Amino acid sequence: MTTAASTPSASRLPRSARQLIAFLLIVLAILVVWEGAKYLGGDPWRADSNPFGIEHRPPFRVKVLSDLNLPHVWSIIEAFGNPARRNGPPLVQILFDAAVYTFREAFAGFVIGGLLGFLLGAIFAHVRLFERGCMPYVVASQTVPIIAIAPMVIIWLKAGWISVAVISAYLTFFPVTINTLRGLKSPDPTQLELMHSFAASTWTIMWKLRFPAALPYIFTSLKVSATTSVVGAIIGELPSGIRQGLGGAILNFNQYYISGPGRLWATIIVSALVGIFFFILVALVERLVLSGRYPKTEIS
Amino acid sequence: MTENNSAVSIRNVTKIFNQGRPNEVVALEDISLEIQPNEFVSLIGPSGCGKSTLLRIIAELLQPTRGEVQVYGKTAHQARLDQDYGFVFQSATLYDWRTVAKNVQLPLEVMGFSREQRKQRASEMLKLVELEGFENHYPWQLSGGMQQRVSIARALSFNPKLLLMDEPFGALDEMTRERMNLELQRIWDRTQTTIVFVTHSIPEAVFLSSRVVLLSPRPGRITEILDIDLPMPRAWEVREDPHYFELVNHLRDTLRAIEGGVQ
Amino acid sequence: MSLQRVWRQYAPTIVLAVVVILLWELIVRVFNIERFLLPAPSAILANFTSNLDRLTHIGWFTTKEALGGFAIGCSLGILAAFVTARWTIINETILPFAIAANSVPILAFAPIVNNWFGVDNPLSKMVIVAVIVFFPMMINTLRGLTLVDRNALELMHSYAASEVEILLKLRVPNALPYMFQAFKLAAALSMIGAVVSEYFGGNRSALGVFITQEAALFRFESAWSAIIIACIVGITFYLVILFVERLVIPWHASFRTTEHG
Repeated sequence: MTTAASTPSASRLPRSARQLIAFLLIVLAILVVWEGAKYLGGDPWRADSNPFGIEHRPPFRVKVLSDLNLPHVWSIIEAFGNPARRNGPPLVQILFDAAVYTFREAFAGFVIGGLLGFLLGAIFAHVRLFERGCMPYVVASQTVPIIAIAPMVIIWLKAGWISVAVISAYLTFFPVTINTLRGLKSPDPTQLELMHSFAASTWTIMWKLRFPAALPYIFTSLKVSATTSVVGAIIGELPSGIRQGLGGAILNFNQYYISGPGRLWATIIVSALVGIFFFILVALVERLVLSGRYPKTEIS
Repeated sequence: MTENNSAVSIRNVTKIFNQGRPNEVVALEDISLEIQPNEFVSLIGPSGCGKSTLLRIIAELLQPTRGEVQVYGKTAHQARLDQDYGFVFQSATLYDWRTVAKNVQLPLEVMGFSREQRKQRASEMLKLVELEGFENHYPWQLSGGMQQRVSIARALSFNPKLLLMDEPFGALDEMTRERMNLELQRIWDRTQTTIVFVTHSIPEAVFLSSRVVLLSPRPGRITEILDIDLPMPRAWEVREDPHYFELVNHLRDTLRAIEGGVQ
Repeated sequence: MSLQRVWRQYAPTIVLAVVVILLWELIVRVFNIERFLLPAPSAILANFTSNLDRLTHIGWFTTKEALGGFAIGCSLGILAAFVTARWTIINETILPFAIAANSVPILAFAPIVNNWFGVDNPLSKMVIVAVIVFFPMMINTLRGLTLVDRNALELMHSYAASEVEILLKLRVPNALPYMFQAFKLAAALSMIGAVVSEYFGGNRSALGVFITQEAALFRFESAWSAIIIACIVGITFYLVILFVERLVIPWHASFRTTEHG
């Protein structure tokens, strides 16, 4: 208590409100830098193509900042509302369907990868020989570029959402393994001695001590895995010929990039949103499972 | 401002954390205390009585809500800028990436001593705390008691006018602690530094101090100031002196009364 | 360290590799598995040795891209961390951006960046690698600069140390272990990033392009050979960082032996 920091009286707003404001300010700053760069070195601004009706000739010409390479923020927003194909539904609807499709694959991959990761971590925690034997390969597995393996996985498992889920699981299991191992080993010796003094079995120690102690570690890794599983699913879709998901959309809009760069950017944004959504989902579950473990203020 | 020769002069200091919020805490209320040069003053009291807070206010690591602190006639701020303070924490707070000798030299680097001076001071200080030969060890290679001795050497290396110690031996085992008490007693006798010492051990406070200040918790107030009139320098035998026991028992009773009043 | 101890340390790893490879070879031969489904280790090895010249050539090409991207991304990440470390509010708000950065399929930027600098330009791939590496580097450095022990900081304040001194003598050394953590991650990521960024086209003598082509033609032995090269480079890069880490922060907890002084 005696070491509690005195907060400067200037910041009267609650922490969360300040964080929200800062967050919005940073987003705003990014948008300003983006459009500012285009104002200085992009293509000429036409009055009818921007919401502010600005007519402007940038003083410099930088290739990276052209409308093709870095579209205006409003062009990207506009792309959401326009149909991707003539007389088709608006892009936002296509992307929503694709996002749902990819999320399902990612979720399957997340479950497979999470279970596999936990299982490996649990085995490594109990059998030192396995840990020493396998761990280098688990680490090495993450230096394999997944995109190179993907075509083979697809041949083994047939193109379909299962192979995509497996590819996604390949990216997800690693953090879970590492953190499960670390978490299961986290109880200090005295806590283990206490359990031994009750003559508790390995199984009991696992479920009464090691697993609960490992939960915060596991959730930390699950949050990382949630976002990577989405990226993994998108990568998995690329070589597998699946066109209903976000990976398919990326391939498709990449092909027609010249006729509408905003669409690819919009797809990237939606992909990120799916990842963030999944992250938040896992974070909510974490909160539910670990509620009461920490003081309320510390969890957020 | 009246002229005074106190080493530390605390006047009507009040400290309120989170003022104006639901979790407002009055840590210290209206504390006034004069500490003379070369004195060894212990602050003692139950946990939550604000003794560490008071120490940090003296060092200007915290600002008082009301009242003021003077150190050798200067403001606490000026004293800090003049580098009058040596601070010892409960944890040794050695920098992992520095060897023992380099850790002792840290304040000397900050204060711009020359390389030769730094080396010389560091080896003197390590001799003082009886750690010659450990210059090139890293902190993790030392035991807890040795680490704390390094941190004392570091605090004394630049001859600070005021040594502030925040439960420096609180994390040590009883045997090491008693040995460290003797050591600190010897160092104080040799260096004649003014020391303000926070502890929750009554025997330790009585053994080391020239005066003991007893604080009560929530809000922290001075309950009693007790002169320890045991002869100096104090050796091991003091702990068997009947008068030593009298003082310890007196403080213990008072402390118990305070805590009873709180609960 | 005795030879026996080294052997005991690594024996399980080596034995496992031998067992797995033998089993793999056996399964492929006994069940007569088609070459395009799963090539035998012996076939991959034969391909690897006979194509070694070409493989090292394209491997080196991609390695340069990875190194360039690593250098760019890490420098920018460290720079960003030093600039933003002063504002605690940025520290508190960085997490949503980190999550967002983590969920963006960077791969999707590859065609865009190819447009920027040209498909054949190694800079296109370096940019992708740099983007991948940037955030872990920035966040870890930022953590190291700001997660400083409270007492260590108070100690500096009690000496009336300036902000610059606090930065140089406390924050930077404190950040080094965090930064090396990020370097290790970035080392592994940069090689993957370089290969992945070549998926949407690139120089013909690039590893990613080679793998994609060979896989499309069902020549999986040579695809595997190329993947092995990528792994070897990635692991080597990682080990080099590990070695440098030992040199730079020998005091760190992970290198402590159990002996007592």
